[in-house]
Amino acid sequence: MNGTNDSSAGVSLVVRGLYKTFGRQKVLNGIDLEVQPGEIFVIMGPSGSGKSVLLKHLIGLERPDAGEVLINGQSIETPEIAAKYRMALVFQSGALLNSLTVGENVGLYLTEHRLKPPAEIARIVAEKLEDVGLQDAVHKMPSELSGGMKKRVAIARALVIEPQLILYDEPTSELDPLSSVVIGNEILDLKRRTRVTSLVVSHDRDLAFGVADRIAVIAEGAILTIGTPEEVKRFNHPLVQEFLRADFKRER
Amino acid sequence: MFRNIGQIVLLFWRTVLALPQLWRQRQKVYEQFFEIGNASLLMVCMLSFFIGGVIALNFGPPLVERSFTNAVGGVVGLAIALELAPVMMAILIAGRIGSAMAAEIGSMRVYQEIDALRTMNINPIHYLVLPRIMAIALALPLLVIFSVMIGWLGGAVVADVNQQMEIPFKAFFADLRDLVTMTDVVKGVLKSFCFALIVGVVSCHQGLTTIGGPRGIGRSVTKAVVNSIVLIVIFDYLLTLLLHLLSP
Repeated sequence: MNGTNDSSAGVSLVVRGLYKTFGRQKVLNGIDLEVQPGEIFVIMGPSGSGKSVLLKHLIGLERPDAGEVLINGQSIETPEIAAKYRMALVFQSGALLNSLTVGENVGLYLTEHRLKPPAEIARIVAEKLEDVGLQDAVHKMPSELSGGMKKRVAIARALVIEPQLILYDEPTSELDPLSSVVIGNEILDLKRRTRVTSLVVSHDRDLAFGVADRIAVIAEGAILTIGTPEEVKRFNHPLVQEFLRADFKRER
Repeated sequence: MFRNIGQIVLLFWRTVLALPQLWRQRQKVYEQFFEIGNASLLMVCMLSFFIGGVIALNFGPPLVERSFTNAVGGVVGLAIALELAPVMMAILIAGRIGSAMAAEIGSMRVYQEIDALRTMNINPIHYLVLPRIMAIALALPLLVIFSVMIGWLGGAVVADVNQQMEIPFKAFFADLRDLVTMTDVVKGVLKSFCFALIVGVVSCHQGLTTIGGPRGIGRSVTKAVVNSIVLIVIFDYLLTLLLHLLSP
């Protein structure tokens, strides 16, 4: 995350036997998965299935009770991992710093690590905001933005890091269908341009089947299946089928 | 509170270890410093003037009655320099600035802004805690010096206009100079530096450990202020004892 690795290629991600309990509640119950470099991997599942907690483990914000997360074969808990690989998380809420302008938020990584001179940072910020269609928002405060705009700014902030691994937490939640398509296209476009490894946590079926190279379905802290979108659609498990086919009209 | 003492000490130690980052964070220190000054200066003036006045009003007449007129300036001066200015200003700063720090950092924690910093490999102690603690450690001793002067002025005005005392300005300050030394003022300022560290560390710790939503933030703010005040009072005694031992 510190910008010392010049390689722009995506990294591999391996999760082995991940367990996590909060109090008496088992949230992750033995998660195993592998994500290939440059792949868009989507983790789907109902609310409360442990997706967001898993995501926090993948970037080192949470420590597991057991198991490990490996980035290019190296444990996420090793101190030098942050300096070696560039990783970014796009939070569900955007998690923009409310006391900073949009431009300051997007340039924060470069400013704080003093990676570029101020004029160069301003140029990069403008470029990344243009990439997400928000070039006019540079001087706005986060409180002046809509939910979709906040998420796009969060993506721009992640892009500044030029990540080798980018994690998206529910990138289309609370968004209208048009904004969801914009975000989905951003994810695809970013992969095309930078070969970044992308891991998307979502319960949005349209997004998952629209962008994923592979999908994992998670329920009650365990993975039910992993496969290509077609394989997952065909996977004959009542929970998976119920989740994929849930339909308001059908229920009526 | 006592359950968290270990965490508070650890946060303080981590902040000390982050001191080499101070020059890098100087802009944030300036911003916080001026915010503290802006938010407190007027209140410090009012509070200090009236504290000086009330000390003169309480202790002046009995002393004058017993023919200790020339002790009034010294008693008022000593009480303000050694005790009232450091403690009252620290309590004021805990309520005014410590609460704001706990609320701001707590809100950043609840709304995942601190997690966002961590994912960008930005250490929240360098970015949030160090500038705030340094700013408060710089501002409170200066406010205390200011408060001591205003407090003395308040005492002098009351001693002059009060009919039971009627001590002229010049005589009040001459008496004050007889009893109060520069060491006494330095002792008060030293105490206020320690109180500033307490308010800063306790408030930042409460902010960083905030959980829940708005109610959690409210709880953190209350705890930050109450815990700071309790620790200020306890440390006031301990520091006074230590200073007496070092310079009887």
